Amino acid sequence: MSKKLLSGPYLIWMVGFTVIPLILIVYYGLTDKNGVFTLANIISIASAEHSKALWLSLGLSFVSTLVCLLLAYPLAMILRKRNIGKGSFVVFIFILPMWMNFLLRTLAWQTLLERNGVINGLLSALHLPSQSLINTPGAIVLGMVYNFLPFMVLPIYNVLCKIDDNTINAAKDLGANFWQTLFLIWLPLSVPGIISGITMVFVPALTTFVISNLLGGSKILLIGNVIEQEFTKGSNWHLGSGLSLVLMVFILASMALIAKYDKNGEGTAF
Amino acid sequence: MKTTKDRLKRIVENFYLVLIMIFLYAPIATLMVLSFSNSKSRTQWGGFTLRWYGEMFESSTIMAALQNTLIIAFASALIATVIGTAAAIAINSMKPLPKTVIMGITNIPMLNADIVTGISLMLAFIAFGISLGFETILIAHITFNIPYVILSVMPKLKQTNKSVYEAAMDLGAPPVQAFFKVVFPDILPGVLSGFLLAFTMSLDDFIITHFTKGAGINTLSTLIYSEVRRGIKPSMYALSTIIFVTVLILLIITNFAPHWKLPGICLTGLKNHRRQEYL
Repeated sequence: MSKKLLSGPYLIWMVGFTVIPLILIVYYGLTDKNGVFTLANIISIASAEHSKALWLSLGLSFVSTLVCLLLAYPLAMILRKRNIGKGSFVVFIFILPMWMNFLLRTLAWQTLLERNGVINGLLSALHLPSQSLINTPGAIVLGMVYNFLPFMVLPIYNVLCKIDDNTINAAKDLGANFWQTLFLIWLPLSVPGIISGITMVFVPALTTFVISNLLGGSKILLIGNVIEQEFTKGSNWHLGSGLSLVLMVFILASMALIAKYDKNGEGTAF
Repeated sequence: MKTTKDRLKRIVENFYLVLIMIFLYAPIATLMVLSFSNSKSRTQWGGFTLRWYGEMFESSTIMAALQNTLIIAFASALIATVIGTAAAIAINSMKPLPKTVIMGITNIPMLNADIVTGISLMLAFIAFGISLGFETILIAHITFNIPYVILSVMPKLKQTNKSVYEAAMDLGAPPVQAFFKVVFPDILPGVLSGFLLAFTMSLDDFIITHFTKGAGINTLSTLIYSEVRRGIKPSMYALSTIIFVTVLILLIITNFAPHWKLPGICLTGLKNHRRQEYL
């Protein structure tokens, strides 16, 4: 009995700072300034300005997730083939950037891409015309891919490491070529890792406001920026909460996706 | 026997590894080089200087932010470790149903997007009448740190043998003594890695701090954000370089020191891993 009392502080903490805050978001999202029930905050996602931001966020995070997947899968395959083991230095190198403060990583790209930044400096040294690289959707995608690539590599790498070499060799012995092995063996067996990686990239990319703020300038608004501004600059918390509820639908959907495809937790980053 | 085709394949693979490595490290390397350049231009090397490092150490705002960051990281990790370890012990002895419910709640801060966690906490602090400042950042950090501690301690608890604890009590040890002499040494690695993980998560956080901090207080992350939006100063490059080198050294120690039995790479994996099966 006394053991159960140990969970007391935690339960009080979690109710106070996790459950009640979430209930507050739902409350704010479903009421107006006078505390009257309304769906207006949620429906406002359909307004021209907000739906544009949502579609842009969905589009950019979709593209970033795809690029991450295409870059990460071959990388994970090569790392596995080298069979360098979990504690190896090479794997360490590829996940180290994950530990860098992500503001600094984004700051680094800002330095490279700016109008008078490093890349344009190099171009002008070569007498090439300078490019407007920053404040474009492309810059945002680049920032997302750079920030979230390790989150895609790690779960895929871990799932690939669990595939038995004999399975691959058997496929080869039976005459399968590279592409057949890839599509019939590698990919189906690594689905849990792929799904896990996709959600780990897609959710933070969809909800970001920092990357779009630093690399996209003030003209490109993602849904994260809209919500952030409602809470910090504007003061319509009801609208901001309503839009957050819409975002949570996408977060819940990706959690459901994981639950469906990765029942045994194979795609975990461990 | 290696055929030419194999050799070619290996070259292509190495080329790919190097390419990704350049993509990952070139931006960071650029920051580091610029932090030593005696010129405000980003494209011209103005000679080697430590001027920006001096400026950084003399800046009272940067030093205050550094102090806040370290105090919050240490305090939040410590408190989260105590609350989380106690909770893990209790949860471990629970029946399946309450266990599932509590673990479900534990998952929320890890699964949720940071922006939602941040604004929900901000709304709660204002509803509770707590004014935003140092305390609110600390509470927010403890909140998102506790699940990581529980996650690190639970697997170790499951490995412990209940009979040993009971044997200690049969031999006359009071429950508290039996726990600290028998169970605690077994789960200590989990507790320590939970603490380290919580510490790093707290150091690294920006989004939740951004929403729960009041005016006039900054951590390093929020300071960098506000400075960068006003235009980057070279002292920010110096700061970045120092942070990167510190993180690098810490990680090399935890991952490669032979006597240090902490699951370093596992920690790396756990970080930002939003979903974990641990029931």
